Amino acid sequence: MLIPHPLLGLRDAQEFTYLGDAALIDRPDPEAGEAAFASYVYDRDNPAGLHRELWFHEQGDRSWLVVTRDTLTHEILGAELARNVARTRRAGA
Amino acid sequence: MKFSGFKVIKEALTGHKGWAPLWRDPDPQPAYDFVIVGGGGHGLATAFHLAATFGQARIAVLEKGWLGSGNIGRNTTIIRSNYLLPGNQPFYEFSMKLWESMEQDLNFNAMVSQRGILNLFHSDGQRDAYRRRGNAMHLSGADAELLDQQAVRAMYPWLNFDNARFPIKGGLLQRRAGTARHDGVAWGYARAADQRGVDIIQNCEVTGFRIDQGRVLGVETSRGFIGAGKVGVAVAGSSSRVMQMAGMRLPIESHVLQAFVSEGLKPVIDGVITFGAGHFYVSQSDKGGLVFGGDIDGYNSYAQRGNLPVVEDVLEGGMALMPRIGRARLLRSWGGVMDMSMDGSPIIDRTPVEGLYLNAGWCYGGFKATPASGYAFAHLLATNTPHETATAYRLDRFARGHVIDEKGVGATPNLH
Repeated sequence: MLIPHPLLGLRDAQEFTYLGDAALIDRPDPEAGEAAFASYVYDRDNPAGLHRELWFHEQGDRSWLVVTRDTLTHEILGAELARNVARTRRAGA
Repeated sequence: MKFSGFKVIKEALTGHKGWAPLWRDPDPQPAYDFVIVGGGGHGLATAFHLAATFGQARIAVLEKGWLGSGNIGRNTTIIRSNYLLPGNQPFYEFSMKLWESMEQDLNFNAMVSQRGILNLFHSDGQRDAYRRRGNAMHLSGADAELLDQQAVRAMYPWLNFDNARFPIKGGLLQRRAGTARHDGVAWGYARAADQRGVDIIQNCEVTGFRIDQGRVLGVETSRGFIGAGKVGVAVAGSSSRVMQMAGMRLPIESHVLQAFVSEGLKPVIDGVITFGAGHFYVSQSDKGGLVFGGDIDGYNSYAQRGNLPVVEDVLEGGMALMPRIGRARLLRSWGGVMDMSMDGSPIIDRTPVEGLYLNAGWCYGGFKATPASGYAFAHLLATNTPHETATAYRLDRFARGHVIDEKGVGATPNLH
């Protein structure tokens, strides 16, 4: 798989480390309680189809990306810098 | 129809005209007491034990595709009970004991072969960890022997003992472990369940659950509504998709695991060997192919096929362990979708919906667990209490902090 890095162009997925669902960016409020954190740490949507997910460019520029990928076909539809995604969400919240 | 040596000889002499289909192909009834979703190894074993062990009737198994088309037909056929943690090891040893009697119980040749599994170690630290594991196995009643390098040399003189990076120092041997014919396991359970009146309904996809006031009433399927007293879901690989229809999010990610088989060779490996310095396991099928595998690809996938980097990684592990494998040609590789749970251990439990039960999260250890998983799930469905070896497999253990994490890597499904 090739990941279209927004700064570096197409990079081999082997250069990256996979973390999982990009929903992990949205950490619950510290006061949200144990149930909210248990759900945040352990529960996943695990969709069959489009999945937004976090990849770390460990053997590259060490940036975190949010990659949109189809889990049924492995087709990669896009990648954004995770920090931009987080900033946009914070501005929207 | 009962299989026996006499029957085989009789059919051979009379032109093989007396063989009948192994199971019926019934149309679904309007309602059952028990509906098992998923006609793989675990679902079929569950139906068999519900009928045979717990004396239940009016049981159906619903399978979206054809019987045994999922992971029961895609694994590397290894059976073993060499776990460490008290929540796991007694369960897998119970499973090992069921393997030892299953062919007689089912009257079916599943080609269970206790050819032994050898887990190699390459350092002092790894030896100590295996010694501890062997002791834990003894505590559960399983067998385990710690072999030094000389003893391993006597078994497999052609391993790469003097590899500069990962010299082989010895191994942990479980002689009762081995392999079984994976498809035969599905067919044997299906036939035995069918003989006890279980309706196995293929090409019947569950499209939703009918739930009223927190209680399940039945399942919507591609062949109409089927009422059910209790519904057991055993659809590893697709657990998240199915349980989402009941409004649940699971502590599971679906990942693809690849497996490989070489061309047929003369007998070279008479047991199962695992490489301790990488992730590589190999055995030889009775047809002669070397059957081997390694790690999952490491990203969410429902594709039933993996990518080339893992192929390379697995083959490198094979070359490091046994350089002679380089002379064999790869015949086939394929992928299966795993329920990777958040602690690497399975779930056999009730759900918040009354009458709805879940069997999931088998990571890539589901095949060896097939008999005990079926037994324990049937126990739970029939008695509403967990089997004594499966009490730790609760769905809420994550929130309670009682995870069963053999590898100790935390909530990272792709590392288990």
